[in-house]
Amino acid sequence: MTLDMSYEAVMGRKNEIMKKAIGIDYSEFESGSLSFDYERMMHEAGYSLDEIRKIQGATGVGNTPLLELRNITALARKYAPAGKGARIFVKDEASNPSGSFKARRAATAVYHAKRHGYKGVIAATSGNYGAAVASQAAMQGLKCIIVQECYDSRMIGQPEILEKQRACEAYGAEVVQLTVGPELFYTFLSLLEETGYFNASLYTPFGIAGVETLGYELAEQFRERIGSAPDAVVVTHAGGGNVTGTARGLIKADAEDTLVVGASVDLSGLHMASDHDFNRKSFTTGHTGFGIPFATWPDRADVPRNAARPLRYLDRYLLVKQGEVFYITEALAILEGLERGPAGNTSLTAAFVLAQEMDRDQTIVVQETEYTGAGKHPMPQISFAKKNGIEVLFGDPDTEVPGKNIVFPENPGAIKLREFDLDKARRSYIRNAIDKCRSEGCPSDEDMAFLAAETKSDRSFVQSVIEELKASK
Amino acid sequence: MERAKKGDWVQVKQIVLPPEGRAPQAPEDTKATPLLLWVKGFAKSDGAMGEEISVETLTGREVKGELSAINPRYVHDFGDFVPEFLVIDVQLRSLMEEV
Repeated sequence: MTLDMSYEAVMGRKNEIMKKAIGIDYSEFESGSLSFDYERMMHEAGYSLDEIRKIQGATGVGNTPLLELRNITALARKYAPAGKGARIFVKDEASNPSGSFKARRAATAVYHAKRHGYKGVIAATSGNYGAAVASQAAMQGLKCIIVQECYDSRMIGQPEILEKQRACEAYGAEVVQLTVGPELFYTFLSLLEETGYFNASLYTPFGIAGVETLGYELAEQFRERIGSAPDAVVVTHAGGGNVTGTARGLIKADAEDTLVVGASVDLSGLHMASDHDFNRKSFTTGHTGFGIPFATWPDRADVPRNAARPLRYLDRYLLVKQGEVFYITEALAILEGLERGPAGNTSLTAAFVLAQEMDRDQTIVVQETEYTGAGKHPMPQISFAKKNGIEVLFGDPDTEVPGKNIVFPENPGAIKLREFDLDKARRSYIRNAIDKCRSEGCPSDEDMAFLAAETKSDRSFVQSVIEELKASK
Repeated sequence: MERAKKGDWVQVKQIVLPPEGRAPQAPEDTKATPLLLWVKGFAKSDGAMGEEISVETLTGREVKGELSAINPRYVHDFGDFVPEFLVIDVQLRSLMEEV
């Protein structure tokens, strides 16, 4: 019997393909209405922090250095009001085996796949996670396929993604490259079905638990060095796993008072699945094109229930501009002697301005760096942008229009703090959830408590949003 | 016309979905184009560029597609020099002297 491979047919087989490819029965955690038991899922389907530290330690993942950025702190203080200018530290995650924090997620996913007898792993990613899975598969002796959204219809590839392809191939993985479009998921499902490999999704409980060690470690390192947990941790936010895992790790380290601040590059106006827009962005991750949709509806990922649920943990969400991140990437190299990023420096850019409103004796940790190299570096990104008709200029970063221009700040003082209203994201999450209500009693009492936890709010907030929704109908 | 020999390391291109088979939620400009796929493997037969051949990929899968490259090179690099970065670097160093 030949299987029907049309888009509709493969998507129709999604649930059975997924069940075989992850080995988690998500229905065990479902209430049948909106809510599901997130903590029980994380506990039963994931691994404990100690187990993960062992798994990661076995392949040299984690225990990355915590560096104080004294010169960047001094520069921030130049623009801060008197008495302001918090100390900025960075967790140098580029020193993980595959050059980014994603090694933490990949280590647990590949370990889990191997333990459950899968012969290989597949991940759908154009980012650092591909190299991380490929590296871990090489270490643990599994086969590996990485599916990338890489080219526009003219076969012009984003240099950063082409570099990830090279890195994956360097670790012995097979790389399947696609033109832009939402059907990446269709190809991914087809490959899972064909090979019987494990779905090394970024969003499984064990993938997210892999990031918990990052939050835990930085709190530990900080206490050892400074005597207390940091006042704020800034996290580059895209799919939500970095925020979720880090925040959970901080909580496990009893650092509940540490402020969790997300940061994304503002790419508003660009459509992520558009053939035309694809090569007009200079960031392929860490941007609002992922950050906002994944915060306001996490269950759009490649697993039935996403373990990354950023609105549960975010205290603030800051937006930065492409030109600002490139500027700060230069500052990191020129002032601190660290050539890293650029995408991983999104959080550093936000920290640079956040520091200016915090007291001098306060502390901020930027919780990641990533490796840099050909393709994945400010130089190829900007020259690629120029070739795609993007204007590059100095000026007011607020005049930057994604897809049209990249505006380098005239000086570091022009880099601004832009707050994204999290209540707006929370409202939008609740609206998306209520849209899924199918039964008479929905949302139930349990659903209300769930929605409050999902949005780090309370029942009265959830109630008020539901009333607003009713009134607008 | 360049030809691949059996056993050569090559890249093949496949049309996964024609424009009319694309996902309903794809934006209009994307829907006007086919979904294309490229993968590399060892050629299972000789073939000319543009001809359909089969390859064996690194995971041992057999994939059919149009021969699109032989020993495909990595094309990404550090790009053209961007003088704007020098302006930033000089500015940063002089600001640090003031700090």
